[in-house]
Amino acid sequence: MIHSLFLINHTGDIFLEKHWKSVIGRSVCDYFFEAREKAVEPENVPPVLQTPHHYLISIYRGKLFFLSVIQTEVPPLFVIEFLHRVADTIQDYFGECSEGVIKDNVVTVYELLEEMLDNGFPLATESNVLKEMIRPPTILRSVVNTLTGASNVGDTLPTGQLSNVPWRRVGVKYTNNEAYFDVIEEIDAILDKSGTTVFAEIQGVIEACVRLTGMPDLTLSFMNPRLLDDVSFHPCVRFKRWESERVLSFIPPDGNFTLMNYHVSSQNLVAIPVYVKQSISFFETGPCGRLDITIGPKQTMGKTVEGLMVTIHMPKAVLSANLTATQGTYTYDLATKVLVWDIGKLNPQKLPNLKGSLTTQAGTPKPEDNPSLNIDLKIQQLAISGLKVSRLDMYGEKYKPFKGVKYLTKAGKFQVRT
Amino acid sequence: MSASSAFNDEKGGSSSVGEPEYGHDPASGGIFSSDYKRHDDLKEMLDSNKDSLKLEAMKRIVAMIARGKNASDLFPAVVKNVACKNIEVKKLVYVYLVRYAEEQQDLALLSISTFQRGLKDPNQLIRASALRVLSSIRVTIIVPIMMLAIKEAASDMSPYVRKTAAHAIPKLYSLDPEQKDQLIEVIEKLLADKTTLVAGSVVMAFEEVCPERIDLIHKNYRKLCNLLIDVEEWGQVVIINMLTRYARTQFLNPNMNESLLEEGSGGDRTFYGSDEDEDEDEEEKEKKAETPAMAKRKPYVMDPDHRLLLRNTKPLLQSRNAAVVMAVAQLYFHLAPKAEVGVIAKALVRLLRSHSEVQYVVLQNVATMTIKRRGMFEPYLKSFYIRSTDPTQIKVLKLEVLTNLANETNISTILREFQTYIKSMDKDFVAATIQAIGRCATNIGEVRDTCLNGLVQLLSNRDELVVAESVVVIKKLLQMQPEKHSDIIKHMAKLTDNIQVPMARASILWLIGEYCEHVPKIAPDVLRKMAKSFTNEEDIVKLQIINLAAKLYLTNSKQTKLLTQYVLNLAKYDQNYDIRDRARFIRQLIVPTEKSGALSKYAKKLFLALKPAPVLESPFKDRDHFQLGSLSHLLNAKAGGYQELPDWPEAAPDPSVRNVEVPEWTKCSSREKRKEKKVEKPFYSDSEGESGPTESADSESDSASGSESGSGSEESASRSESEESEDGSESEEEEEEEEEEKEKKKKKKELKKPVQESESEQSSEEEERKHQRKTKQRKSDSESESDEDEESESESSQSESEESESEAEVKKKKKAAESKPPSKPVKKESKKEKKEMSLLDLDDFEPAPSPQVTPVNTFLSNSLVTDLEGLSLSDTVLSPATIAPSSALKNYELLHRITGEGLSVEYCFSRQPFSPDANMVAVQMQFTNNATADTKNLHIEDVKLQSGMRVKEFSEIELLPAGETATAVMGIDFCDSTQAANFQLCTHTRKFFVSIQPPVGELMRPVFLTENEFKKEQEKLLHNLGQLMGMNEITEKLTLDMKCRNEHTIVQRVTTAANLSRVPCGSDKECRFAGRTVSSSSLVLVTVATKEEGAAQLTVNCEKMVIGTMLVKDILLALTQ
Repeated sequence: MIHSLFLINHTGDIFLEKHWKSVIGRSVCDYFFEAREKAVEPENVPPVLQTPHHYLISIYRGKLFFLSVIQTEVPPLFVIEFLHRVADTIQDYFGECSEGVIKDNVVTVYELLEEMLDNGFPLATESNVLKEMIRPPTILRSVVNTLTGASNVGDTLPTGQLSNVPWRRVGVKYTNNEAYFDVIEEIDAILDKSGTTVFAEIQGVIEACVRLTGMPDLTLSFMNPRLLDDVSFHPCVRFKRWESERVLSFIPPDGNFTLMNYHVSSQNLVAIPVYVKQSISFFETGPCGRLDITIGPKQTMGKTVEGLMVTIHMPKAVLSANLTATQGTYTYDLATKVLVWDIGKLNPQKLPNLKGSLTTQAGTPKPEDNPSLNIDLKIQQLAISGLKVSRLDMYGEKYKPFKGVKYLTKAGKFQVRT
Repeated sequence: MSASSAFNDEKGGSSSVGEPEYGHDPASGGIFSSDYKRHDDLKEMLDSNKDSLKLEAMKRIVAMIARGKNASDLFPAVVKNVACKNIEVKKLVYVYLVRYAEEQQDLALLSISTFQRGLKDPNQLIRASALRVLSSIRVTIIVPIMMLAIKEAASDMSPYVRKTAAHAIPKLYSLDPEQKDQLIEVIEKLLADKTTLVAGSVVMAFEEVCPERIDLIHKNYRKLCNLLIDVEEWGQVVIINMLTRYARTQFLNPNMNESLLEEGSGGDRTFYGSDEDEDEDEEEKEKKAETPAMAKRKPYVMDPDHRLLLRNTKPLLQSRNAAVVMAVAQLYFHLAPKAEVGVIAKALVRLLRSHSEVQYVVLQNVATMTIKRRGMFEPYLKSFYIRSTDPTQIKVLKLEVLTNLANETNISTILREFQTYIKSMDKDFVAATIQAIGRCATNIGEVRDTCLNGLVQLLSNRDELVVAESVVVIKKLLQMQPEKHSDIIKHMAKLTDNIQVPMARASILWLIGEYCEHVPKIAPDVLRKMAKSFTNEEDIVKLQIINLAAKLYLTNSKQTKLLTQYVLNLAKYDQNYDIRDRARFIRQLIVPTEKSGALSKYAKKLFLALKPAPVLESPFKDRDHFQLGSLSHLLNAKAGGYQELPDWPEAAPDPSVRNVEVPEWTKCSSREKRKEKKVEKPFYSDSEGESGPTESADSESDSASGSESGSGSEESASRSESEESEDGSESEEEEEEEEEEKEKKKKKKELKKPVQESESEQSSEEEERKHQRKTKQRKSDSESESDEDEESESESSQSESEESESEAEVKKKKKAAESKPPSKPVKKESKKEKKEMSLLDLDDFEPAPSPQVTPVNTFLSNSLVTDLEGLSLSDTVLSPATIAPSSALKNYELLHRITGEGLSVEYCFSRQPFSPDANMVAVQMQFTNNATADTKNLHIEDVKLQSGMRVKEFSEIELLPAGETATAVMGIDFCDSTQAANFQLCTHTRKFFVSIQPPVGELMRPVFLTENEFKKEQEKLLHNLGQLMGMNEITEKLTLDMKCRNEHTIVQRVTTAANLSRVPCGSDKECRFAGRTVSSSSLVLVTVATKEEGAAQLTVNCEKMVIGTMLVKDILLALTQ
């Protein structure tokens, strides 16, 4: 299926290549470079390219292109999903997925790739199995390794691949047994000029951090599971239980993982926590424009809105911004034409305001389109949909684990049109 | 080659690792000498004795490979280390080998023997990795070795090794396509595998090697459907895609009736004026095509197998893996009844939250789906709204979907959305939006004028691209009703002064020419202006100027004659030959001369013919003839290796091909079966109720004849499957079972009666049995005196076995009475059978009124009947057996009656000493002739064995009359290995290849030791063999199954798993067992020490490590389930 993989940085250097079948020359990437040049932004490179003899499927992650070479029919999502899994694994191992990190750990990365695919077909993609075979570097181990000359290859064999719960290591031991669940909800919304909601929905995810000894069998139940409209699960979740009882029953993987993603049914009205008053205008005469933005709380359920941030992609013609903010700081990046206003905590008594003038390039016509505002915010201790975890039970082990659930609401793709 | 040069520049920074590849020629200059030196230094490190140096060298070499530098000249130095003890070095050497073996074939051969050794390793993971590397080495010379290794691994007892074998198949195939036939055989074998681990990989191999052999799937179809949910996600994708294709060939179109209905009502397809004619045409065609089919069409009933597939894939829509979700979505799109396809919309919309590449692919597929099934995505319209931060390609695709979704109810919202898009900064996107508006306008008559007005307003946009695009779209719209819009045409005529985009100018000119009657005053003036600028125009504009001139000449020759002549003269000398040709052609056509023939009379008709309005259609129309989700669909072109999605068959092929006659479990070892069972219901919370009794039946009830208990558990497994689908009935059933348990004693009494009535044969059998029991009793008496527990245990179980047997007997008679049993009673009977098996001694004759009896899988009934028949037969046969089978015998199938053409053979390990040769394991075989003709001269031929193994054949059975059974005993010396003994079973007409593979527990015979002796031996084993210290002991911690916490059951389960005898012991916390392997008489000592809460520790001491490890696993399984 997947024939070869090339890792390419944003300047177009191939800094790692791996072939699972016979070797394919680098020149195949030229087709990709061609497409890369045509697309102005790296995001705009088509993920699937056709060349005379091969097909190129690529993803763009962390300023890197993961380019895979395919020779025959294969579901493109299969490859894309796998490439993202590679990126995830690298991130999981080294904390980030960047060129520098991969170059520093080139041998480990190469070994990972070797284990993840066999003849182009995924073999071991479960991070738990991989970590058993190739240990992720830690500071202590890297010191030991430099002293003893050992590497990170595990000397045990991947028994995890043989088990029925391939996502969990056997023989896990902790002195403090704890299980934490973060219910994180994101509001995706589009507001129009007048502030009315064009579209809004809530997407949620439950991130878990489970450090429990042995083989615990957990059951997580909700007060109001009816809210959940569409869900997707980590493979550990027993689907039947969910279907019949609406509880999450699972033997968790060890460590951090995403337990489930959900979508809140669209019947429920979405509370929009903030409102935005804005006016951005450019004048026909003279190279200038005006900007005036005020943000205020709308439906915050009595909680404080934090981490408020406004990002505006200005038209190309805007040269500089001369603004004053009553709260927080703003920056304008000349190269990318992005205006960022970092507000912080929203004070309902004194609404933050950003006001001032914009300078446009002389001689160019005034931009017709007003840029839209992208809003970022956070509300702690609140799941905006009202979802509540009712209880977490553990079976199969004797000890009493420490349990915790945290709620967080964030702005997802929250856009205000102007 | 900007990439590679840039790469070389950057290399300066990465100092540690090797240098470029152009250092091949030593004479090429001093600069490379250092390079050579460096490689020398690597070689030195590789040759050293220190593992750390080797490791360092290998790391540097692998880093070179990763960076794409040539390290091939190090091959000899590296390959030497393939046998290195250090596992880290070894792994890196493997990496190197796989990369360069193809280039250095001769040297690569040096490493082969290492892998061959690895293939024989007792550790399954080492076997697997050896096979993996061996098969990855692309050296043609080793093809036969690979073939052999794959074949062997395909019947390995470890599912992981079998998985690796499946992976190796496509590798070998790509290396040597000539091996296809042999590989197909292996694939066929692996397809029958029942473990989830293997399923995905073997289907992958199937798809790469022989996707056309869809017939191989028949027998495995239901199994694949049932296993699907527990296969790893990548395997799921492959299996689902393959099953989609399979279903298209095997089932009927579930929508054929609906499409009929739709044709009548018009459905939602005929909303739009413009499409109407076309659609009707299509429908007409469809109708014509369908009439013959319609004639014989019966009301559609979905094949249960079709339903099974849909039902079992649906939960996977909840997968976290986008590829799996997409695979299920395309399956539903291609296979599900129209009413059910809707479920996929939600999942696909969810994927739109994922990475942009995922969005890109999903949107492409959604776009195709929306054309056929618009209603499905309508509720999610807003999810396709575009954000300014989306990448352009995503925006365009979303736009496409929005356009496809537009109808007269939502068009106003969509148009409002479009209005905001038009103001976007992304001009490509704006252009696409204008196109989309045009399409909405053509599709939905009501908004045509609104759209047109909106577009006309765009004509005054400052961006030329926007204007140009609008012009092109307006042109298309105007064609629909030009007479109404002469003012728009006038407006556009004015635009010729400003617009520079050639396509737009050409469009305007075409419009004016086409509708010059509506603008009689302006048209000549436009031509005048154009004539002036003719020489500076682009080619497409020039062509349109000529067209305009010609049309005007024909309608209004008075005003435009001279202008036309002028234009044509200019064109005559144009640089472009197209334009020159066009000019000449038009001159001949329109200007009447004596030479111009009859054609010029028709010039007006030619030029001013009514032109049909263009249909603006989606580029995604008809893309669905490619399987959705495929690369070919995405590219809209057939990719290499793409398998066409076949059309639905007119009439359904025979569904019985999928009936699995053979409960194939007999072929796999008990361990596997258990494992698989566990896999089959990981959501055990649901089926715990049954799985408990099922499992216990498996181990407790070995008393019953093996095949019976086996089939029982098999049935109950499949029953639990069917029940999983209909939750809810479970609890009832559980209650019922409890009730039954209460009543069982009473019923047992009732049972005795029919037993006593049974015929003489039966009673003789019983006598025989009693006799056997006595002898056994005596034996065990002599062996151990303090072993009362075990004895009573075995006795009770034996009596149980008797009962169940006799019951089967009765049943058989019953069946014989009703020669043609209607299906329903049979089902009930089977149900009974199941129960009896699962609760062991629950001999319940009244068909209990159980609500869950209505079996979903009716197909089971057939095979059940045959099973039952086989069962009862095999029971009667036990009586003339000369060898007394102990209570805990399990029957294995050697030859099924289908493959054996009526002859079926089962075997069991009788656990009796084989008198001719004490080093052999006695295998008792039982032949049943189910055919109508007699079978003669049954004997064994062509025995193929691993070295050291021996076989003592049974004496030839000269005649086996139809319907009769016979038994024979053969001895096999397995040399204390679990390698299978392969041989041919010959009759007077046929030969059958068969193989017997012993479970490790059968490779030993019990020995009697006292506790002290046991401890002494254990000590000896532990310490005497200096260098192997500790290797002879394997300890494993385990948690005992709830039902297995008393001594009885432990003893029973262990002795069932292995042919060992119990060692008397003072403590009740420990059970000890002892035995010797049959061939080499190595001592096997087993200790199970129990602690509180079911925790226990299992210790096995054995000189033969392989035996020890395997035994540990088997006993572990026996105790934990």
